[in-house]
Amino acid sequence: MAGVSAIGQALLRWASILGVLALWQGFAEAHVVSAFLLPAFSTVVVRLYHDVVSGDVILGIALTLYRAFAGFALAAVAGIAIGVMIARVPPMRWFFDPLVSIGLPMPKIAFLPVFILWFGVFDASKILMVAFSAVFPVVVSAWAAADGVEHVLLWSALSLGASRAQLLWEIALPSSLPQIFTGLQVAMPIALIVEIISEMAMGGEGLGGSIMTDMRFADSPGVFAGILAIAIVGAGLVRAMELIRRRLLVWHAEASAA
Amino acid sequence: MKAALTRYSPLLLLAAVWEAAPRLGLIDKDTLPPLSAVLRAWMELLRDGDLAVNGLSSLQNLSAGLALGVVVGVTLGILMAWYRPIEILINPLIRVLYPLPRSALIPVTILWFGLGAASKIAAVFLGCLLPVVIGAFNGARGVEQVLIWSALAAGAKRHQVLWDVVLPAAMPEILAGIRNALALSFILLVAAELLISQRGMGYLISSFGEGGAYDAMFAGVLTVSAVGFFADRLYLLLMRRALRWRA
Repeated sequence: MAGVSAIGQALLRWASILGVLALWQGFAEAHVVSAFLLPAFSTVVVRLYHDVVSGDVILGIALTLYRAFAGFALAAVAGIAIGVMIARVPPMRWFFDPLVSIGLPMPKIAFLPVFILWFGVFDASKILMVAFSAVFPVVVSAWAAADGVEHVLLWSALSLGASRAQLLWEIALPSSLPQIFTGLQVAMPIALIVEIISEMAMGGEGLGGSIMTDMRFADSPGVFAGILAIAIVGAGLVRAMELIRRRLLVWHAEASAA
Repeated sequence: MKAALTRYSPLLLLAAVWEAAPRLGLIDKDTLPPLSAVLRAWMELLRDGDLAVNGLSSLQNLSAGLALGVVVGVTLGILMAWYRPIEILINPLIRVLYPLPRSALIPVTILWFGLGAASKIAAVFLGCLLPVVIGAFNGARGVEQVLIWSALAAGAKRHQVLWDVVLPAAMPEILAGIRNALALSFILLVAAELLISQRGMGYLISSFGEGGAYDAMFAGVLTVSAVGFFADRLYLLLMRRALRWRA
């Protein structure tokens, strides 16, 4: 019975998505709006297919992901290091606390022209812009996680003769992992959003750069095909982060709760 | 006062470094104009009206898009929680659209609405819709059934229950969703203005950057950052105020 309703649910789920796509197709074919404003879904899919076969989209995805991941990785490493140091080293807390509390809610995207001025319009500039935008949630989550490590755990490990390095790698880091990962899950979509904006502003190909070019040439099927590609990449990334989380935290209570 | 001074002293330190480094020639003045020059440029922008015109335009578009997103989002989210068919219809679409990096939609808003205010409002609206829908949906879904039953038993009409019971009970999550939306709306507005526009703070910043007026560009960047920061703080304050009755 549960199986049937699960299939029913899946059907329903796809029904509404298929319904919207059919509506889109119908709208476009009935010329309710011009093909320029809303190219038919079939046109967009065919266009995406051609762009995939020609290799343009694959190259775009590769470039976008390379820069988004590079920036994300920088943000992750720097963010975790800074967050843990803030929790542990008082002078670091003194220095970073006001910067983080101002930097977190601030619209970092306004610094885009500053990054262009300082680092040019190529990969380095985009990667650093992504890292700058994505680092704050990581710092905050790593800080909170490192602050929240249970002292009982640390004391027991110490009394069992653990070294400081063991304390860090075997107690502090694993017990803060769930919270740190939550910060990374917040940072990943930010990285993608900012990478796409940076490509739109600076050029240099990639998915964001190519839809901006298509827009300038008033090539609306190209714009929609690009958005479709970005949507697929975005969904894949969110899903991948969930899978990695489940993998990494297999030992944690939250994994068995799910 | 003293505590605040100690807490924010790193900022004073950074400000001092910002002023000193270009003056001592450690950094080229075009790469980083001294803070005093940036402040002077800011006063200039204030005096000649550039700041007022573009700042006002940005704030208008931001508030219009955000307000639209909040009204549509809260309505949609609560209806989804209240009527099962609407949930079945809308929820899958939200799941599919949620991971889409919203900045990808900026070119479409320009295709649809042109270069003016409408495309900026649309970008902000599209950017902040989903967090509000999800906040309202989760909040309204989590309302205790007992509250609803008691209200119905006491003779309340369904729309009264929606308005007087479900909406207030869902308020904390709605307000949290709107806070996310506020942050996103700044990103989308500034990005859309930086990319293609004829007005607004993003336009101001990018045109100064392209024209090489770097002190004015930094003044604009600082202004947007400060407004974004204080908007969040003000919202937080109002949110705590609004939720005081719950404590």
